[in-house]
Amino acid sequence: MSAPDVPTRGPARVAPYLIAGILVAIAIVMPLTVPIYARATPELWGMPFFYWYQLLWVFIAAGLLAVAYVIVTREDRRRRAAVRGEGTR
Amino acid sequence: MSAHLLALAAAAAAAPAANGHRPVNWVALIVVVVLFVLVAVIGFLAARWRTDPSARGLHTLDEWGLGGRGFGTWVTWFLLGGDLYTAYTFVAVPAAMWASGAVSGFFAVPYTVVLYPIVFILMSRLWSVSHRHGYVTPADFVGGRYGSRWLSLAVAVTGIVATMPYIALQLVGIRAVLTVLGLGSNSNPLMADLPLIIAFVVLAAYTYTGGLRAPALIAVVKDVLIYIAIIVAIAYLPAHFGGWGGIFDAAEKKLSATNPATGAPFGAVIPGAAGFNAYWTLALGSAMALFMYPHSITGVLATKSRNTIRRNAMVLPLYSLMLGFLALLGYVAIKAGTQPIDTNGAINAQLVVPQLFLDSFPSWFSGVALAAIAIGALVPAAIMSIAASNLFTRNIYRDFFKKDATPKHEANVSKLVSLIVKVGALVFVLGLDQSSAINFQLLGGIWILQTFPSIVAGLYTGWFNKWALLVGWAAGILYGTITAYDVVNPATHAHFGGSIAAFPGTSTTVYIGVTAFLLNAVIAVLGTLILRAFRVKDVADQTRPSDFDADENDPKVVEIERSEPLLEP
Repeated sequence: MSAPDVPTRGPARVAPYLIAGILVAIAIVMPLTVPIYARATPELWGMPFFYWYQLLWVFIAAGLLAVAYVIVTREDRRRRAAVRGEGTR
Repeated sequence: MSAHLLALAAAAAAAPAANGHRPVNWVALIVVVVLFVLVAVIGFLAARWRTDPSARGLHTLDEWGLGGRGFGTWVTWFLLGGDLYTAYTFVAVPAAMWASGAVSGFFAVPYTVVLYPIVFILMSRLWSVSHRHGYVTPADFVGGRYGSRWLSLAVAVTGIVATMPYIALQLVGIRAVLTVLGLGSNSNPLMADLPLIIAFVVLAAYTYTGGLRAPALIAVVKDVLIYIAIIVAIAYLPAHFGGWGGIFDAAEKKLSATNPATGAPFGAVIPGAAGFNAYWTLALGSAMALFMYPHSITGVLATKSRNTIRRNAMVLPLYSLMLGFLALLGYVAIKAGTQPIDTNGAINAQLVVPQLFLDSFPSWFSGVALAAIAIGALVPAAIMSIAASNLFTRNIYRDFFKKDATPKHEANVSKLVSLIVKVGALVFVLGLDQSSAINFQLLGGIWILQTFPSIVAGLYTGWFNKWALLVGWAAGILYGTITAYDVVNPATHAHFGGSIAAFPGTSTTVYIGVTAFLLNAVIAVLGTLILRAFRVKDVADQTRPSDFDADENDPKVVEIERSEPLLEP
């Protein structure tokens, strides 16, 4: 590919990606840390902790991803504007 | 998803029962047939849905195989939901819960929770580079990134081989439904399999004409039906059978009983410390593998913008919640005393959820739920056959036999191959023992995970050497296959008895796919270091850093090349 590489986005800032990355990492690590939730109590509506904890993480993970999405898309918009020269930084 | 489950379920399914004869449930059957016909009509109309009149007939892979690359957030939500949460999953996860408890069944929940953070990170980059270069398959990307059609071939063949038994298992899902409806009694083998054959011929026909648009539209119907069935079941059944407390007590009692074949309990409601590593490696390994499957990537590449898949990573977990409750229906069936007896009189755990619906609800509503499962088999089967035939067309046929294939020729080959793929799956299920389909699907999960280093590392770095990746892939596949073969089912003494084995040098049991993946990754890193030490040149990368960030407003590479022609040959 010898056509010159024209960046599609401006340079990244570290902070937004670091924060989003931590949120995403939490959503991966917490549902996989079995020792903290492999127990029966406290029960919820008769359901052992093991089960409702994991179902709860469906919502928490989705929420964490939503926050990460807002952070990442905002930075993404800034970086594209920096290259395309539309709008302000 | 989740073939590991049934190996265990099969172990518990040996005891014969008195009588396998079932009368036909006409009301439920009529509901199923009506919904099936509705879906077939939608499938045939799909060829004209969102199709520009000039694109009628779907003469390119972008149109036929990726639905015009224009699906927005909602359509993608239905499409991927129908694609990833298959009928086989609906049947197999509760079956595994019913037969052997949490480790083999409920890991599907953390699996489908950690799946979406992984998708969130990886898939928008894959979308961007594929959008710019017009890649249709994961093997297209690998071929372009590493400039190696052999590595591309390895990814393509792995994808096809892993997908074929998966399609076959969708037939197993339909067959479970037909069995509880009273069809498929074993008096006449041809008549027993006829409904299955008809369903697949109709499916093949509208996939041929409508391409990816057909399953995308059908997925809407399927998902509405399945959500209705699950919400009603979860609202009604636990209370009807005395609440969750009693249900979990019944499950504990059944699973802690000693299995006469092994001398150990059937399973556990809450895994003991010995099962922790198996549990999380199964969840993580399966999550890493799922979006390496060609049918998942097809769903991603069919979206219209870079962020569509990220938005979907936030809303797709709703399906995981549904899957979790569906898994718990396996325990509800224990409490309800559901008897999943197959036509030959033996206990078949896969029938447990269809049977539970039939026992607990009026026939017409059971018909709706059973139709949801059956239609839920058609959507992924269609997408998988499209994805497998795209792999064949682009990375085997075009790369190795006909380099000058036009887009129209590619589309024609793909349409034809999609028919062959489906016939192959049908022959697989009708001709071979069902358990061999399950074994192959279990292996398929291990195999597809071995394409992870090539695809995912390629999204971030061009550092890896293509030959090192190829050797790592081969080592991972070899190790995974041998280790899986050596797992012997304690009850039946059959090979491929499950997907967990001791991590080498320890007694800790983990998912075989994860061990194979680690071996693969280590070899790829060491191999690259060694080749670099000998200064082996490996530069044939078609991609540029900017490609991985491109969004839908950036020009595609073909457009860039037109405006800025290559400076050197």
